[in-house]
Amino acid sequence: MNIAVLALQGAFIEHERMLSALGVTATELRRKSDLKTPFDGLIIPGGESTVQGKLLRELELLDPIRRRIENGLPVFGTCAGLLLLAKAIRNDNRSYLATMDIVAVRNAYGRQLGSFYHEGSFRGLGRLPMTFIRAPYIDSVSDGVEILAECGGKIVAARQGNQLVTAFHPELNRDLSVHAYFADMVRAHQAVRC
Amino acid sequence: MAENRYELNKNLAQMLKGGVIMDVTSPEQAEIAEAAGACAVMALEKIPADIRAAGGVARMSDPKMIREIQQAVSIPVMAKCRIGHFAEAQILQAIEIDFIDESEVLSPADDKYHIDKTGFLVPFVCGARDLGEALRRISEGASMIRTKGEPGTGDVVQAVRHMRAMQAEIRRIGSMAEDELFDTARQLQVPVALVRYVHEHKKLPVVNFAAGGVATPADAALMMQLGAEGVFVGSGIFKSGNPAKRAAAIVKAVTNFNDAKLLAELSEDLGEAMVGINEQEIELLMAERGKS
Repeated sequence: MNIAVLALQGAFIEHERMLSALGVTATELRRKSDLKTPFDGLIIPGGESTVQGKLLRELELLDPIRRRIENGLPVFGTCAGLLLLAKAIRNDNRSYLATMDIVAVRNAYGRQLGSFYHEGSFRGLGRLPMTFIRAPYIDSVSDGVEILAECGGKIVAARQGNQLVTAFHPELNRDLSVHAYFADMVRAHQAVRC
Repeated sequence: MAENRYELNKNLAQMLKGGVIMDVTSPEQAEIAEAAGACAVMALEKIPADIRAAGGVARMSDPKMIREIQQAVSIPVMAKCRIGHFAEAQILQAIEIDFIDESEVLSPADDKYHIDKTGFLVPFVCGARDLGEALRRISEGASMIRTKGEPGTGDVVQAVRHMRAMQAEIRRIGSMAEDELFDTARQLQVPVALVRYVHEHKKLPVVNFAAGGVATPADAALMMQLGAEGVFVGSGIFKSGNPAKRAAAIVKAVTNFNDAKLLAELSEDLGEAMVGINEQEIELLMAERGKS
């Protein structure tokens, strides 16, 4: 199994380390020619959504990646990754991949002083460390979107088919369970295809 | 709790990696920077090149001007305070700045002590010329380090010197025997725990950016290849002929710093770069401020 990590800007190395701890091969996706290397899943890391979104567009990665996600490529977005996958952002008129039927709120907890650490439950995985950095949350979801975690009454993790998003950063803590959960999604998708 | 805050602050720096932080002096410039792909902006009244030209005492910017920039963009906003000027830092924290740069670009307020950054809730970035300086700032609570370079010159030579010095010392400590770490900690005047971290991880315990003199996409790519995790661009953008285009090109150069073909395309037709001054021509070496 090979999982690509979008490496345009942000905390992509942290995701690569989590994958390597799980024994999963990771490759960096920085430019169009990197799409030629086959991969079975994609992680979109935290960082600034405006930067990653602009680079996706200008490096001509946006449409090919969107097509692959629409064709079932398993994808996992954390923080900025969640915003890039959201169909709409309530307090921002920009949208990017827009493949997941959720409405997100950007910088929903305010500036850096609003960043926080929390331990909360994640459906099927029990209690997890959750680090929120200038984080978004999910305002509303459509039918077919499964809510996986909430914090203070706000949705902070969800799944729709092969798309998984968290408003927090599992890659910043040592707990591997969310990455293992995603690796299982990728494995299940591979099994269906074979 | 304080421990937790420091982790969150180091985490924000991690999110900035692979990005470009741009100096801006107005909400309009901040919008241009955000649209060009800046991962954060540094709000200040004068860019370093103008501070250099104006002379006199350079201080923290007007909080009103910083607030206007905070309202203009959605990305993190940083601002500078003088070395050792904890009251300026308190003011910046009160307006909920995302990052404070305790900066040698401004006139130092204290020629002996840096700010005790562990007493603050917001993160600090500090300049360093070598590993000892970087670790001393980290032991005072800095969540991020940048090379000092020589701000406002458009000359990358000092940023290169500082980054190479840091990386060379990291390699040296990485290859030391365990029992040699204590003496190194004494020489660098830092806690042995920080030296041990460098020994084990072969990197700084916080994110390390390049700053001071970066003016072109090639400069940015050079610094990234030398081990920077991202780049600050100060005077280089808004002192050039076509700021929006140059800013966007530098952003792409930081992402694909190893792709010379793309760098060639990015370097084309950018208009005039900032004229720049050589380190031999300048009278004031800002990098010499706040070394201890």
